[in-house]
Amino acid sequence: MSALLEVEALSSGYGPVPVLREVTLDVPAGTIAAVLGANGAGKTTLLRTLSGLLRPTGGRVRYDGADLRGVPVERLVRRGLAHVPEGRGIVAELTVEENLRLGGLWRRDRADARRAQDEVYQLFEPLARRRRHAGHQLSGGERQMLALGRALIARPKLLLLDEPSLGLAPRVAAQIMALLRRLCDNDGLTVLLVEQNVRSALSVADQGVVMSLGRVVMATPAAQLRDDATLRHAYLGF
Amino acid sequence: MTATQPPEVSTVAPRPATPSPLRRWWPGPPGAAGPRGSTLLRHLILAVLAGTAVVLVTNQLAPYQNLQVARVCAFLCVTAGYTVLVGLNGQLSLGHGALMATGAYTVALVQQGFEERAVQGRWILPLSLLLAAAVTAVAGLVIGLAAARLRGPYLAGVTLAVATLVPALTTIFTDLFNGEQGLRFPTETPPAFLGAYFQPERWLAWVALLAALLTMLLMANLVRSRFGRSLRAVRDDEVAARLAGIHVARNQVLAFVVSAACAGLGGGVYAVLTATVAPGKFSLDLSLFLLMAIVIGGLGSLAGAVWGAVLLVALQDLPSLITETFTLPSGLAQRLEGNLALAVFGLILIVVMLVAPGGLQGAARTLTARLRPSRRTARR
Amino acid sequence: MDRFLFLTFDGLSTGAVYAAFALALVLIWRAARLVNFAQGAMAVATAYVGYAVVSATGSYWLGLGAAVLAGLALGALVERVLMRFVGHANPLNDVIVALGLVLLIQAVLGIVFGNEYRPAAAPFDTDALSLGGIAAMSPYDLWVLGAVLAVVVLLGLLFTRTPIGLRMRSSAFAPEVSRLLGVNVGRMLTVGWALAAAVGALAGMLVVPTGLGLHPHAMDLVFVVAFTAAVVGGLDSPAGAVVGGLLVGLILSYVTGYLGPDTTPLAILVLLLAVLLVRPGGLFSSVRARHV
Repeated sequence: MSALLEVEALSSGYGPVPVLREVTLDVPAGTIAAVLGANGAGKTTLLRTLSGLLRPTGGRVRYDGADLRGVPVERLVRRGLAHVPEGRGIVAELTVEENLRLGGLWRRDRADARRAQDEVYQLFEPLARRRRHAGHQLSGGERQMLALGRALIARPKLLLLDEPSLGLAPRVAAQIMALLRRLCDNDGLTVLLVEQNVRSALSVADQGVVMSLGRVVMATPAAQLRDDATLRHAYLGF
Repeated sequence: MTATQPPEVSTVAPRPATPSPLRRWWPGPPGAAGPRGSTLLRHLILAVLAGTAVVLVTNQLAPYQNLQVARVCAFLCVTAGYTVLVGLNGQLSLGHGALMATGAYTVALVQQGFEERAVQGRWILPLSLLLAAAVTAVAGLVIGLAAARLRGPYLAGVTLAVATLVPALTTIFTDLFNGEQGLRFPTETPPAFLGAYFQPERWLAWVALLAALLTMLLMANLVRSRFGRSLRAVRDDEVAARLAGIHVARNQVLAFVVSAACAGLGGGVYAVLTATVAPGKFSLDLSLFLLMAIVIGGLGSLAGAVWGAVLLVALQDLPSLITETFTLPSGLAQRLEGNLALAVFGLILIVVMLVAPGGLQGAARTLTARLRPSRRTARR
Repeated sequence: MDRFLFLTFDGLSTGAVYAAFALALVLIWRAARLVNFAQGAMAVATAYVGYAVVSATGSYWLGLGAAVLAGLALGALVERVLMRFVGHANPLNDVIVALGLVLLIQAVLGIVFGNEYRPAAAPFDTDALSLGGIAAMSPYDLWVLGAVLAVVVLLGLLFTRTPIGLRMRSSAFAPEVSRLLGVNVGRMLTVGWALAAAVGALAGMLVVPTGLGLHPHAMDLVFVVAFTAAVVGGLDSPAGAVVGGLLVGLILSYVTGYLGPDTTPLAILVLLLAVLLVRPGGLFSSVRARHV
C-alpha cells in the first residue's frame, strides 16, 4: 500500500526567494512523521505549501491517491486534510464555542459535527469550562487545545501540525503528544508534525525527517534518531 | 493646442542626467555649489526653453485655443503641487478643489477691492496672485495640521468634508462672497506696449504660463532636494523616517502647505481667466477631476502632472465634440454635455488604477527603459 | 422647549438613516478594511432603480424591495469586478478606485435620468403628528426608525446566530485560518459587500423622500455625514455606527434648527475633526490589541 501523503521534489518560496528545495518525503497512513530542524530550515514553509497557502514552484504532492495541484485551500479540509498553523491558529475575536463551530461548518453531517464538538469538550476539559470566552482570553495551552480540537472536528485523515508545543508547559505538551499517538493508533489518523522540541516529538513519532536549509537531509525511523546518539548529534546537534 | 504638448513635456520629464544620474541629485559636499546648483540651472534652462516654445506656439493660435492653453497652465499649477502631496508624501487630499476656490476668491476680493478704490496698475495682478497663494497656504496649514495626525481613509474623509464646505461658506458669508452668484472683477487686459490689437487670450495664456513655469520650477527643485527625499521617506515608512531623524508631522504639514500654495495660485489664475468666481465651479467633482489628472499622469510624477492638466482640459471638450460630430436627440445631447466627461474621468481613474497604477508617465518610463536596455532607469 | 423637542425627534429620525448608512460603511470596513467612498453613489443608483419600479408599478414596497435587491447585486458586482483586483501596494488605491466609481455612477445616472431633481414620494405622511400640542414625529419618521431598528436587529442575528454570519466574522478577523477551515473567504467578501450595499440601498430609499428628491448627487453630503457617524462610533463597531448615527443626527438637527441649514457642512467638519483628533478610534473604541 502506498503512503497517504507522497511529496516529490517539492519546491516553493516567497517571491523569488526559494525556501523549499526539492523536498521528497512519504508519510504512510496511521503514522506520525516529525519534521525536525533548525529555525529557517523550511519546516513551516513545507506545511504551508502542502495545504496550498503557498503555491509550489515545482514538484508535486499526492494525497490519498490524488494530485493536490490546483485544489483551493478551502476545499482541502473537505478531503480530510487539516492544517493547524503556527502560533495557535485560532480566531481570537470569536468564542471557544464559535471557533469549534467554525471547524465543523463545512460538514453536511450536522449531527456528527455536533457529536465531534462534544468529543472535543470531553477531550479537553478546560475548553468546556470556557465555552463562552473569547479566544484572546485563553491561556497558551488552552489555545493550542482549541486549535487542535477544532481541527479534529473535521475528522481529518491527515493532520498538519505546526509547533503544537510552542510555549506550553512540558506537562501539557506531553499530554498533547500522547493524544496524537492515541489518535493514530485508535482512529488511524496520520500526522505530519513540525516541532522545535525534538525530544518530545521523537517520543511519539514513527518517522523523523530532518530538514536543513530547505532540503530533507535525512528521513529515518524515529527510534533510530532517538537511540543513536551519534546520528542525533550529527543532524540535530544534541 | 495639441502642438504645445511636446515642448512642455520635454521641459519637465525628469531626464536621467547623462554622466551619473545619482550623483547629480544627491547633495554635494558642504560648500560645493556644484550638483545642487547645476540642477537648478538645468531646470531653469528647460523652463526658459519650454516657455519660449509655448510663447511661440501661442502666437499662432486662435483666441479659444489660447484660452485652452491658459487653462492647462492654471491646472498645471494645481496638479504639480497636488501630485507632490499625494504621490510623494502619500497624503490623499480631496479638498484641493476647495483650496483652488480659496485662491480664486482671494484674487476676486483683492481685485474688487482695488477696483472700488479706483486703484490701477500692472502690479495688481501679481500681487493678487501672490496673496492667493499666501492665503491658501494658510488654509493649507490649518488643514495640514489636522492632516498630519490622520491617515489614509480618515484624511480622505476629512478633506472630503472640506470640499463640501465651499458652497456652504459662500452662502453663510453671503455679504462677502455673494452666495451662489459669486463675484465678478475687472478683466485682465494686455499691457499697452504689446499694441492695441494684441489678442487678450494670448496675454492670459502668457500670464498662466508664467505661473505654471514658476510652479514647475519650484516643484522640480523641491522634489530633488533633501525635503523631497524626506517626503518620500515619510510616505514609504513613517517609523523608519522618524528613526532617520525626520520630523514626520512637520514634514507632512509642510507638504500640505506647499501643495496648498500651488493650488491657491492655480485657482487664482483660473479665476483671472474668466474674471469671475462662483461656488459651482469648485464642486466636489473638481477635486475628483484633479485626482484623475494626477492619477492618469502617474502619482508623484511632475511630468505626469503635465499630462494630467492637458487631459483635464482636452477631455472636457469631448462631449461637445461628440454632440457636434454625431446628430443626437437634443435631450440626450444635453444630458451627455454635462456628464460624459465625468463618466470618462471616472472610467480612467478606475482603469488606470487597475491596469497601470504608475499612470502614463510610468508606462512611458517602462517603454523607454525597454528601448534602452543597456541603462536601467532608476526608480523614483 | 417645543422647538427643542421637535428638533430632537427630527434628529432621531434623520439620525436613524445616518445610522443605517454608517452601518453599511462599517460592514465593508470590517470585511475588507477599506472605507467605501462609493457608498453614497451606489445608494443613489439603487434608489433610482427603486423609484423606477415605484413609478412603474405604483407600489412603494415593490420599489423598496427592488432597491434592496439592486443593492445586493451592485455590491457583489463592485467587489467581484473592481475591488478584488485593486493592488494593495498603496493603501490609497482602494479610495481612488472608489472615487472613480463615484464619478462613473453619477455620470451614468445623469446621462440616463438627467440631472434634474426628481420628486420621490414617501409611503407615509411626512407631516408631524402632534402629541399633546407638541409637534413630534411624522408617521414617516416612525417608519424610518422602525425600518432601521429592524435592520440592526436582523444584522445582529445574522452575524451571531447563523453559519454564514460566523463565516463572515471569521473571514474578516483571520482570513488565512478561515480558509484552512474550509471557509471561502473570497465569497464572504462578496457577501459582505452585497450586504453592505443592500443596507446602503435601504438607507438611500429612506433618505430620498426627506430631502429635495432624487438626484445623482443626492447623497454627497449624506455620505460625508455617514462617514462622520461611522467615525464617531468607531469604524470597527456596528453598535457604534448606530449610536454614532443617532448622535450625529441629533447634533446636526440642533445646529440646523438653531443656526440655519447653511452651517451644517461646517458643523460636520468640526465634529469629524474633533472626534478624529481627540478620540481617533471613535467614542466607543475598545482598546483591545489583536492577539495573534
